Amino acid sequence: MSKVRVLVGTRKGAFVLTSDGKRDKWDVSGPHFAGWELYHLKGSPADPNRLYASQSSGWSGQVMQRSNDGGKTWEPVGNKFVYDGVPGTHQWYDGTPHPWEFKRVWHLEPSLTDPDTVYAGVEDAALFRSSDGGQNWEELSGLRGHGTGPKWQPGAGGMCLHTIILDPSDPKRIYIAISAAGAFRSDDAGKSWKPINRGLRSQYIPDPDAEVGHCVHHVAMHPSRPGVLFMQKHWDVMRSDNAGDLWHEVSGNLPTDFGFTIDVHAHEPETIYVVPIKSDSEHFVPDGKLRVYRSRTGGNEWEALTKGLPQNDCYVNVLRDAMAVDSLDKCGVYFGTTGGQVYASADAGDSWAPIVRDLPSVLSIEVQTLP
Amino acid sequence: MIRVILPAHLRTLARSGPGEVELDVQGEVTQRSVLDALEARYPTLRGTIRDQVTQQRRPFMRFFACEEDLSHEPPDASLPAAVASGVEPLLVVGAIAGG
Repeated sequence: MSKVRVLVGTRKGAFVLTSDGKRDKWDVSGPHFAGWELYHLKGSPADPNRLYASQSSGWSGQVMQRSNDGGKTWEPVGNKFVYDGVPGTHQWYDGTPHPWEFKRVWHLEPSLTDPDTVYAGVEDAALFRSSDGGQNWEELSGLRGHGTGPKWQPGAGGMCLHTIILDPSDPKRIYIAISAAGAFRSDDAGKSWKPINRGLRSQYIPDPDAEVGHCVHHVAMHPSRPGVLFMQKHWDVMRSDNAGDLWHEVSGNLPTDFGFTIDVHAHEPETIYVVPIKSDSEHFVPDGKLRVYRSRTGGNEWEALTKGLPQNDCYVNVLRDAMAVDSLDKCGVYFGTTGGQVYASADAGDSWAPIVRDLPSVLSIEVQTLP
Repeated sequence: MIRVILPAHLRTLARSGPGEVELDVQGEVTQRSVLDALEARYPTLRGTIRDQVTQQRRPFMRFFACEEDLSHEPPDASLPAAVASGVEPLLVVGAIAGG
């Protein structure tokens, strides 16, 4: 029978949650790396027991961890992230030039085919790659150096490269997203990049239609349709049907089009999920109700999913990397909250139950479907 | 023999055990030579106390010895004789800050 492994990154350590295919009884292991921030953990699609984890703290900086046994044991690997060449400057909060400085790894994206190759999205925004299992890291500097870099500026959470999507149909195509610069695409395996932000409209920047400067929160893709992208922007849920060349808004009837996370059903490429969040300063769910919204039409028409979720006195957030799906039938959907709950749905969102309720604030969720 | 006391989270990361770390340091005993020896023994500590490229002390890490804060001393300045002789330890301290 299939199994599911949920990798949870929190403000104070990592947790590994496992269940059989029924997904009703869970084993919780952790905290791994207790006391450290775990921005992201992710397993290799080519070897599910190979996991990578980003461990960091304000005291001791960035540490990278690797597991070869599905998270039972871990070993530190390379943590030297050096920008290629002269780092140059980006915009600081006050508009002045500010030198690029490495702070932490936000997102890890293992290769679809090689367990030893993994990409890292970092703050200050850049893309790194390791081809030796995380021991050594080299920057794919064509992104930072393609021309618009000096115009990028940090969002409230820092200037982070938080989304990396590898196209399963074209090994040379990579999508990434940066707050607050926007989305970018490479069609030559990361050598050269172009902004793909046409159609985005952000009233909070001087030129709402600018080539870069948009605060993209997350982007999701279904592997069967790699040219179709869904985006949760600072405000607006967006969709592109041509690999990001042009976006259009699909926020439709959402109670608020602000949010952080977005994901796609494992078997239905037109079924997408978001968690609307009240903004601009509150950053918790509206009306004290924790509601996932599902669209079965690729956007515009949304339904609230509430069964099993708290519908009063709830004031949590769900961060950009804190939702994932399994590939069982029916599709499981998972998300973690800043209140430390991890919720799971074994029926594509129709009903929900907490796996755990009292973890540290959840930063990221990834799910592995195991044989 | 140089004695170094690490903060708990770095002892865990380095798997150095619960007590002090004892190091052989060749030549003059300075912050730099002690940290070089420490990182050679425990490579996983590289980058966690000082930056790997600039070698600058991380902002929330401090160096104490003999009831003095040596954090702002030059990295190549001699550490106190009591540290060099192993009578007193060099303390690597994480700032008492954060949530």
